Amino acid sequence: MEHIRTTKVEQVKLLDRFSTSNKSLTGTLYLTATHLLFIDSHQKETWILHHHIALVEKLALTTSGCPLVIQCKNFRTVHFIVPRERDCHDIYNSLLQLSKQAKYEDLYAFSYNPKQNDSERLRGWQLVDLAEEYKRMGVPNSNWQLSDANRDYKICETYPRELYVPRIASKPIIVGSSKFRSKGRFPVLSYYHQNKEAAICRCSQPLSGFSARCLEDEHLLQAISKANPANRYMYVMDTRPRLNAMANRAAGKGYENEDNYSNIRFQFVGIENIHVMRSSLQKLLEVNGTKGLSVSDFYSGLENAGWLRHIKAVMDAAIFLAKAIMVENASVLVHCSDGWDRTSQVCSLGSLLLDPYYRTIRGFMVLIEKDWISFGHKYSERCGHLDGDPKEVSPVFTQFLECVWHLTEQFPQAFEFNEAFLLQIHEHIHSCQFGNFIGNCQKEREELKLKEKTYSLWPFLLDDQEKYVNPLYSSTSQKPAVLEPNTVAFHFKFWRNMYHQFDRTLHPRQSVFNIIMNMNEQNKQLQKDVKDLESQIKQHKNKQTDGVLTKELLNSVRPESPALKTSLCLKEQTLLPVNDALRTIEGSNPADNRYSEYADEFSKAEPAVVSSEYGVARMTC
Amino acid sequence: MYPFFYRPMFEVIEDGWHSFLPEQEFELYSSATSEWRLSYVNKEFAVCPSYPPIVIVPKAIDDEALRKVATFRHGGRFPVLSYYHKKNGMVIMRSGQPLTGTNGRRCKEDEKLINATLRAGKRGYIIDTRPLNVAQQARAKGGGFEQEAHYPQWRRIHKSIERYHILQESLIKLVEACNDQTHNMDRWLSRLEASNWLTHIKEILTTACLAAQCLDREGASILIHGTEGTDSTLQVTSLAQIILEPRSRTIRGFEALIEREWLQAGHPFQQRCAQSAYCNSKQKWESPVFLLFLDSVWQILRQFPCSFEFNENLLIMLFEHAYASQFGTFLGNNESERCKLKLQQKTMSLWSWVNRPSELSKFTNPLFEANNLVIWPSVAPQSLQLWEGIFLRWNRSSKYLDEAYEEMVNIIEYNKELQAKVNILRRQLAELETEDGMQESP
Repeated sequence: MEHIRTTKVEQVKLLDRFSTSNKSLTGTLYLTATHLLFIDSHQKETWILHHHIALVEKLALTTSGCPLVIQCKNFRTVHFIVPRERDCHDIYNSLLQLSKQAKYEDLYAFSYNPKQNDSERLRGWQLVDLAEEYKRMGVPNSNWQLSDANRDYKICETYPRELYVPRIASKPIIVGSSKFRSKGRFPVLSYYHQNKEAAICRCSQPLSGFSARCLEDEHLLQAISKANPANRYMYVMDTRPRLNAMANRAAGKGYENEDNYSNIRFQFVGIENIHVMRSSLQKLLEVNGTKGLSVSDFYSGLENAGWLRHIKAVMDAAIFLAKAIMVENASVLVHCSDGWDRTSQVCSLGSLLLDPYYRTIRGFMVLIEKDWISFGHKYSERCGHLDGDPKEVSPVFTQFLECVWHLTEQFPQAFEFNEAFLLQIHEHIHSCQFGNFIGNCQKEREELKLKEKTYSLWPFLLDDQEKYVNPLYSSTSQKPAVLEPNTVAFHFKFWRNMYHQFDRTLHPRQSVFNIIMNMNEQNKQLQKDVKDLESQIKQHKNKQTDGVLTKELLNSVRPESPALKTSLCLKEQTLLPVNDALRTIEGSNPADNRYSEYADEFSKAEPAVVSSEYGVARMTC
Repeated sequence: MYPFFYRPMFEVIEDGWHSFLPEQEFELYSSATSEWRLSYVNKEFAVCPSYPPIVIVPKAIDDEALRKVATFRHGGRFPVLSYYHKKNGMVIMRSGQPLTGTNGRRCKEDEKLINATLRAGKRGYIIDTRPLNVAQQARAKGGGFEQEAHYPQWRRIHKSIERYHILQESLIKLVEACNDQTHNMDRWLSRLEASNWLTHIKEILTTACLAAQCLDREGASILIHGTEGTDSTLQVTSLAQIILEPRSRTIRGFEALIEREWLQAGHPFQQRCAQSAYCNSKQKWESPVFLLFLDSVWQILRQFPCSFEFNENLLIMLFEHAYASQFGTFLGNNESERCKLKLQQKTMSLWSWVNRPSELSKFTNPLFEANNLVIWPSVAPQSLQLWEGIFLRWNRSSKYLDEAYEEMVNIIEYNKELQAKVNILRRQLAELETEDGMQESP
């Protein structure tokens, strides 16, 4: 609490982000150890977790007060006007401190207490068991085995302890190969396709420079290819653009020379690096944060940001991978530079295309644990959990979630989870409320004793499962097991619900999805009612024929009336059910939508009748 | 032409030519107001060739005055009632531009006509769908706009909805972009942007929302016109009704809207919808004005998916029939032409076919739940989308989307079924209970 000087400021205005007429809500701003809270005059609460804050800006003083702009990692942007500059300054300074912690131990997860005992906490952490997952895939088997080479993180600090390698790859080969790979990240199994006996393997770039080679590494690749009896060649996918990979050679790194490796087919797939992705997102956010944005500026902004181009590149790479396995029965080795960003994207997305299990709620958690968390995607650095190098921050995981969202758009019935699930996970990679995404690799997580000191996110998501279920999901076998998405450019759309999640005025006013979800729930209740009623009627009839009648029967419990049929659509629609954040919901209101430059004239006091209708409209929308 | 020798293979239950008679439409209003009347001044199409024989005008204005006003408005299109807002008695009127010319001609009857719609002390709004400079240039050709001096109770707002070949070029560019599957992301986005299609949609929707806002929130009457009053004017008046009037969001009401605000109002379908996107842009009168209207409705439908009784298929069907049809409904440019062609006798009406239960089921939105509120759509670029059902229809497989839609319908049907079953069982149980009670009590 030492950073907090002012805990409460009154008469603060919250400006509408897109309104040109400076529409605002007045309320009180509270600063707590973990959250910034704004309660407006309608008692609506807006909670902002300090860890979600990406940027705080204090703008030049205006006549109405001191503007404070806060941009969040979950793409919420709020614009406050604090009446007194002193208060604004205090809050600004506090937020600067609170949003950038120096030590892991100061993150929310270490103080977050959901009132569970130790065994519940432990069970939560055991929910996702990767050993089980490899077993599900069918390893170990006659070709693949568990290696103990990295049991003490001796060979590679950023890999997990348990790694699966070809049975014929001996320890000296592994050790030799790891010395030839950036950060010691030698080729290991990421996904095994049981029917095709083909594997997705992952690693980092080889330290080949202009001419260096390593026999052990060559052996290891050969071993991977031999572990697939169906095909003698394997693909090596370098997910970087060719130029980047070539430039790396000058630094003693680079890519595989096809002449040195027998039976490999080498392929670049051209996904840009973390810095390009960071600035791309930055540009995207600048464009869609513009007030009074024109359609033309929006699309040229979208084009200039390149964001959708990058999403398409990741998707195309994953499709290439899935095809190599499905069509050619070939194993694939994927790498980029260090093998924890683009490689994670491509391996996980490729597995998701191939295996329906990863499209279930539980399977998706497993996928994230496997290809992202355990293989050392540097969440803390990429999400900027601590006050660190801003150049390490990059929306790599966000891109993965967006690719999955695009798939859910093309295959509405293929996923057990819905959009809210993706948004919720995105919320929590930044929230630091749970331990899963804290730290940069497994070794670091063990040192932080996360499993003892923090909670796992997954059991909490499972508890709320009904919020995340896709009502249209169909797991039946008639659906294709392998997804073959179309990546013609027009299939990629701007993900409004991610990047404008909190800008309610931009959303559709009624969500088909929520209605169907509620209806599905209602159907379950109705089915139960039917059963109850039928058994009661039967009882009655039996009693009648028996001629036995008791008073109790008359008082028998009536089945609960089914959830009200009336107006499912009139329920409040939220995109993402959040446990600790009540969302401010904007009504459908002509003034919200900036139809005219005459807004000033139009926004004069409205008759009471109209404002009461607002209330109704808000409910609808 | 096909419609003239097309003979229906279905049984006509209701003749669509008589489904939406102006007299019936007027009855809907006449219960709420006595300030308006039906005028037969245009019976022989002599006063205004593009108007129907029957129009609704303020009661205080007689036919003689209407004839005078007609000479002062482009194409004889004197201000007529387009929509009566029952909630506050305010109206939308539409007309052609006033023929003020360079010397600022005025017409007392015209002023009187539109002032007749104002309440004491209230101002009205004139929405000119052209930008100010275009309206000013129009004076050189004898057209123009309402001068403040002569219309002191009216505030004029200029918007800029594009017309004719600009829209046509936009459509051609968009369709080209959609049909080319080879281009990369950047090229797609830049071509989508360059087509300006969504810009036009945004402009049209914004103007319609503005009109609705003036009417509903400001409690002011509005007059809408552009140049002729047969294109952008109709886009605005009809969309404003979609926003304001729950009835126009039902199937029947929407058909009535098309009949009233497009067919009767004299949108020249024959000229505008001759060739679609595949003509060279030099076709002088070709313009996707009606398609833009349908697309705008689709955008609102997407934002309020439960507030419309119809689904996307109805809009797609209307688009198809506006361009090529076995029915006579969209033939000709106005009522007068349709009369001369004797379409009612010689061809079938589209509505005769659509309004049969077997067809209607295809166009019915399973999610519909009557919503009596005004629905304000978002017009932000992030909220507008390319209408894939039209523009990507032949370029993508919709198999998975269609299956998902079916699944959704199944869930809804199942829900209804269960509700019905529960109700029946409840009743049974209640009956048994009373029987039991009767057996016990004596």
